[in-house]
Amino acid sequence: MSDHNYVPSTKLAKWFNDRLPLLSLSAHLREYPTPKNLNYWWTFGGILTFCLITQIVTGIVLAMHYVAHTDLAFASVEHIMRDVNYGWLLRYFHANGASMFFLAVYVHIFRALYYGSYKSPREVIWIIGMIIYFLMMMTAFMGYVLPWGQMSFWAATVITNLFSAVPLIGESITNWLWGGFAVDNPTLTRFYALHYLLPFLIFGLVILHIWALHVPGNNNPIGIELKKPSKDTVPFHPYIVIKDLFALLLFLIVFAFFVFYAPNILGHADNYIEANPMVTPNHIVPEWYLLPFYAILRSVPDKLLGVIAMFASIFVLVILPWLDTSKVKSAIFRPLYKQFYWILVLDVLVLGYMGAMPAEGTYLLIARVATTYYFVHFLIILPVLGKKEKTLPVPSSIMEPVLGGSPNPNTIKKKELYS
Amino acid sequence: MKHITKSISFLFLFLIFISQNVFSEEKKKLLNTDWSFKGYFGKFDRASLQRGYQVYAEVCASCHSISYLSYRNLAEEGGPEFSAEQAKAIAASFEVIDGPNDDGEMFTRPAKLSDKFVNPYQNDKEAMASNGGAYPPDLSVIVKARGGGADYIYSLLLGYDDPPSDTILDSGVYYNAYMYGNNIKMPKPLSDGQLEYYDGTEATEEQMAKDVTNFLAWAAEPHLEARHKIGFKVIIYLIIISILVYLSMRRLWSRIEPDV
Repeated sequence: MSDHNYVPSTKLAKWFNDRLPLLSLSAHLREYPTPKNLNYWWTFGGILTFCLITQIVTGIVLAMHYVAHTDLAFASVEHIMRDVNYGWLLRYFHANGASMFFLAVYVHIFRALYYGSYKSPREVIWIIGMIIYFLMMMTAFMGYVLPWGQMSFWAATVITNLFSAVPLIGESITNWLWGGFAVDNPTLTRFYALHYLLPFLIFGLVILHIWALHVPGNNNPIGIELKKPSKDTVPFHPYIVIKDLFALLLFLIVFAFFVFYAPNILGHADNYIEANPMVTPNHIVPEWYLLPFYAILRSVPDKLLGVIAMFASIFVLVILPWLDTSKVKSAIFRPLYKQFYWILVLDVLVLGYMGAMPAEGTYLLIARVATTYYFVHFLIILPVLGKKEKTLPVPSSIMEPVLGGSPNPNTIKKKELYS
Repeated sequence: MKHITKSISFLFLFLIFISQNVFSEEKKKLLNTDWSFKGYFGKFDRASLQRGYQVYAEVCASCHSISYLSYRNLAEEGGPEFSAEQAKAIAASFEVIDGPNDDGEMFTRPAKLSDKFVNPYQNDKEAMASNGGAYPPDLSVIVKARGGGADYIYSLLLGYDDPPSDTILDSGVYYNAYMYGNNIKMPKPLSDGQLEYYDGTEATEEQMAKDVTNFLAWAAEPHLEARHKIGFKVIIYLIIISILVYLSMRRLWSRIEPDV
């Protein structure tokens, strides 16, 4: 990780740095050679770090006022909204922050898919990222249960019931998860404890994610490995820092719009009705960011197979580095992959839409086709494509295409290479 | 520069798209009214909130609780803004059970500003028993708890009608054009001239429905005005600082690349 020689300027600093090289680490982070052609899709890593910290800070303050008890949880959330100083701001930041977090993580993941950032030598970064993503979904789901509204209660019931599909021991597992024979107070308190714990696990994994990134260095839009440092790289500080900051500010404008002018638009009205085990809502829907998985779950007629399909849809992402056999990383040089990529994006959007609709008739049929295509993309198209696809010639450095050395400048738009 | 303009225009379109969704009326042909609290600078209409409280107190409160509201809220900024004396007088007209006192007895006393709104029933069972088995929902967050929000509540209040000829209603069930399934157990609550407004406004059905919906919208979101005000400042601040950071970024990157 250290290919530089940092010497502290004062004696005290040197004494300290010899014992704990924090100053060397800080110097590494500042000098870290970053490809100069990173586009704005690469700023979402920084945005995600910001989101995580915001969620943790607002979450800790909310936890000081929240009461995890089935009789008091709903009222304590209203207490936060009404009586705690700026409690409404904290809660709306936290609730919409979850949506913003997922919005950013989806951009981040789809950026990696487009530019082949998961390929060698970055498989470990990708796998850690997928674990983070999985933990994020668990955390968000458990957080959604805490206000103890109707959707909270019924979402918890539906999701925990999935485990009852496991043969033989299914019922024991659900009872163990609930801490009883239905979703009740023990379920709420353990969800609260885990909702508090998991973000710190995510935080630790984020550090590993960044550490693993700093070993090979960033991928870039051209997807070639660079000599570092070189003419193709810039120091992280100030060049990337200020670019990330600018992108973060634009992101915050969208964030602020939701928090201040549409704080409930991404939620569900039913969650302002206190949980009632006797009344089932007309439609039980998860938050928008889990809808594609919900669609996959419901499109399989068998409960157990549905659960397996849902977990498999995440697992195929974990093994993606070995499913995609192409040596070329960036979709810029893969004309066919580029088209399949956009079909996949569309497919996931369709799945998300179907997840919000009732599982019947045409909706169910479309969801089934989309689910099948999702797996076909990863399990059949990608492995075959890597072998059959005729890729475009890849330049040997970032500077090359700009200097006019690209073998076929007409096929590759300069803008695309260098934005 | 090109992609900056592209991203900004994208952001702009996105905000317009979203705001149309947020501020436009529900698709399901709910009744339309201009709510003063909608939009980026939306505020509550004080006079309407005060009238709305009157409608709530004289009509709704006989069955519906609004238990997350305290009497002090009536005098707070951004709400109906009754004077402190008025709010105290309103509170004092209700009796609450307090105690136990030093003799171990529960006693009743007039409510104070710090008390929550008094519930019309002792408990849910009593509420259900008094209303033919239907539980009159708490109104504290009712506007946020129904799809369509204020428009839906307003439409529901005005949606009572004679049932279509082929519909036979059970006793104690009424026909409402906007209720889910069109069957509602609440009798038609409002009719022209039902009460006399203190400020002399004519108490038509529409006027009362509008006023009480305004009041309930405030009850569900008592800090709405502060939210709109702070939000505007925050977004302006973010835009200005974005421009400054953008300019610094251009300058920094000009050492290496002309185009960021």
